[in-house]
Amino acid sequence: MSEKRLLKPEAVQEVHLETDILIIGAGNAGCFAAIEAKRLNPNLKVTLLEKAHIDRSGCLAAGMDALNTYIKKGKTREDLVRWSRDQVGGGPLREDLTLSMAEYLNRCIEEWEEWGLPIKKDENGEYLARGKWDIAIHGESMKVILAEKVREYNCEVINKVAATSYLVDEGRVVGVTGLGVKDGKFYVVRAGATIVATGGAAGLYKPYTNDGNDCHHQIWYSPFNVGTGYAMGIRIGAEMTTFEMRWCAVRTKDFNGPIDTISVGYNAAMINGRGEKILQTHYSHLGGEAAPRFIRANAPMDEWLTGRGPTYVDTTGMTPEQVKDLKEDYLNERPTFVQFLAARGQDITKEPIEVYGSDPYIVGGHTASGYWINNDRSTTVPGLFACGDVAGGVPNKFVGGCAAEGVLSAIGAVQYVAGLTDRGHTDPEAVKSEKERVYAPMARMAEAGDGVTPGEMEERLQRLMDEYAGGVHQFYRTDHHRLEYALKHIKILQEQVRYLIAEDVFNLLAAHEVIDRLTVAEVLVHHLLYRAETRWPGWQTRADFPEKDEKLNCFVNSRFNPETGAIEMLTRPYEKVVD
Amino acid sequence: MPPRVDNVKCDGCRNEREALCEVICPGNLMALDTETNKGYCRSLRDCWDCMSCTKICPKGAIETRIPYQLGYYPAKLVPFTGTGKMTWTAVDINGKVERFTFRTRNK
Ligand SMILES: Cc1cc2nc3c(=O)[nH]c(=O)nc-3n(C[C@H](O)[C@H](O)[C@H](O)COP(=O)(O)OP(=O)(O)OC[C@H]3O[C@@H](n4cnc5c(N)ncnc54)[C@H](O)[C@@H]3O)c2cc1C
Ligand code: SF4
Ligand code: SF4
Repeated sequence: MSEKRLLKPEAVQEVHLETDILIIGAGNAGCFAAIEAKRLNPNLKVTLLEKAHIDRSGCLAAGMDALNTYIKKGKTREDLVRWSRDQVGGGPLREDLTLSMAEYLNRCIEEWEEWGLPIKKDENGEYLARGKWDIAIHGESMKVILAEKVREYNCEVINKVAATSYLVDEGRVVGVTGLGVKDGKFYVVRAGATIVATGGAAGLYKPYTNDGNDCHHQIWYSPFNVGTGYAMGIRIGAEMTTFEMRWCAVRTKDFNGPIDTISVGYNAAMINGRGEKILQTHYSHLGGEAAPRFIRANAPMDEWLTGRGPTYVDTTGMTPEQVKDLKEDYLNERPTFVQFLAARGQDITKEPIEVYGSDPYIVGGHTASGYWINNDRSTTVPGLFACGDVAGGVPNKFVGGCAAEGVLSAIGAVQYVAGLTDRGHTDPEAVKSEKERVYAPMARMAEAGDGVTPGEMEERLQRLMDEYAGGVHQFYRTDHHRLEYALKHIKILQEQVRYLIAEDVFNLLAAHEVIDRLTVAEVLVHHLLYRAETRWPGWQTRADFPEKDEKLNCFVNSRFNPETGAIEMLTRPYEKVVD
Repeated sequence: MPPRVDNVKCDGCRNEREALCEVICPGNLMALDTETNKGYCRSLRDCWDCMSCTKICPKGAIETRIPYQLGYYPAKLVPFTGTGKMTWTAVDINGKVERFTFRTRNK
């Protein structure tokens, strides 16, 4: 059916481009970064490199029904820090970064509204609250609206090119290489400053929703964000933080769609098989209905384990208007959940919505995993800035916070470019060897005709992580020996990368997605090993260390040493700046 | 098993510069079959059922299905994109129809 193309590296066409500010990933954060960079200096060339198409890429592809963070009247940035701290059980979090993010939060949201995003209003004309910090929107077209603005600001958009590795000159990032996912070409983009905005990582763990054939990607997070941004940084020795704070959440059972903020918004409590309100009855000591997110994620799983399953969000008290609103929320965000209910023939005022835990993700917009960054969103590698789900330290950013970080990273990058005295040098040998690395699975297919498919390796990794590194089938629990086992097999898989085969460009991209996931998974396991305590049950459960250890209320960070190939672990203190 | 292309309705986006489903899919999954010139999904298991392809298809040729392992046959969800608003029609396995219309853009 499809045109099968076997490209030999020497036959691959190269495309060479130059820009001032390069943004990798035209998602929510990346688009805000691009617009801000152009506003700060319209003479700069600003280029977005996007794996998919800017109109519907990343988390916002289908839209959103709420913005989870907006500072409402009467609330302050400091209140946001306190709330965010509670959500992560007292820390650690980067309070300095949270404060700077909060400075731009409302501006981004209000501008989006001016550009066309419908935000719901209450009877006083204020944004309609759906919880303490959330506001309700009709966000089906929000990404399309944002993309229009990016074009209006004359940013260059290169769609359908997936970044593969950074270009590095004497320890500083001077651009990126990429694979044209449609044209199969090899892109070399040189830049003054580079901003990474590729989102988080899905597909590290086996989801319980997948079956042999048809629903491999029935997952909550965007399955096309595979952690390439993290992997590229890890490979050049950028410091990463808090990977062990994984994002696992209560999701609609068998569909894996959002539910938790909806349940809070509609006052629909979580109940167990006996009809007990789970949080009130069994978790009042941890905050009851107001318990932090990781408790809410872990609670239904504990109910199943304790013999009190299944678990539900009790929608049976909802009015017909509320049900209509709830379904509209889904149509604005994960539309097929409405179809799922139709496929179950389910009336949610009679039968509650069943819920369960998701597979774990690495998502710096929800938890604090990602690049270790400074206030200007610069990473530990000069020339490289990070924002959104790929950037670490700031949990509970969500849509608005990722956008705000986009703005901050643009301010940082524009300043950096202004101070540059030269644009650095690209080593042709390094470019050549990266090109060979990128096209190797095709070369192997042409030469050997046999090996390991990307799908096989992906499933092997996902099974391994699920069972040994605390996946959903293990109720998120892991321990030292299981983690060591996972590491041993990740090493074998990394050795096996040379056997990967790809018969066309589509499979070549898939091969790199699994290679990048392996890199992220290895670092993640090191982080899980280091944190010998249980700080956030569910997100991070060490069955061999079930208690919290106050000595570990610090950041666990890592750095891959490109010379030795070792992942070096270190800690950084948690600095409280808000009382 | 999300996107199903109706080969009678699909005209390969004859009047467009490129096949729109192919352009828009965030997972790079939709493509034009080189022999039949019809849109198809290269890897059904990899679809996120975001419905971007379904919404953009000018011929209404794409239907999104819930994988049978998760939900029963034959539920439907059909989007219709108007100017600044959308209408959705859901039909459940018992034939019950629900319709939703809402704004997607400010004026
Ligand atoms: C289903 C779902 C529901 C959510 N609900 C809410 C909600 O109700 N409220 C809320 O506030 N937040 C919500 N969130 C969270 C929020 O959407 C994200 O935190 C935020 O949008 C992330 O922004 P980002 O720019 O970092 O990532 P994204 O918007 O995902 O952008 C990443 C971009 O990078 C591109 N990319 C990836 N790899 C490469 C590569 N190698 N080369 C080039 N480009 C690449 C991707 O295609 C994508 O365009 C939700 C998320 C999901 C998935
Ligand atoms: S539903 Fe979304 S992910 Fe699936 S094929 Fe269509 S555009 Fe791609
Ligand atoms: S968008 Fe619709 S008409 Fe165009 S190629 Fe795809 S299925 Fe066919």
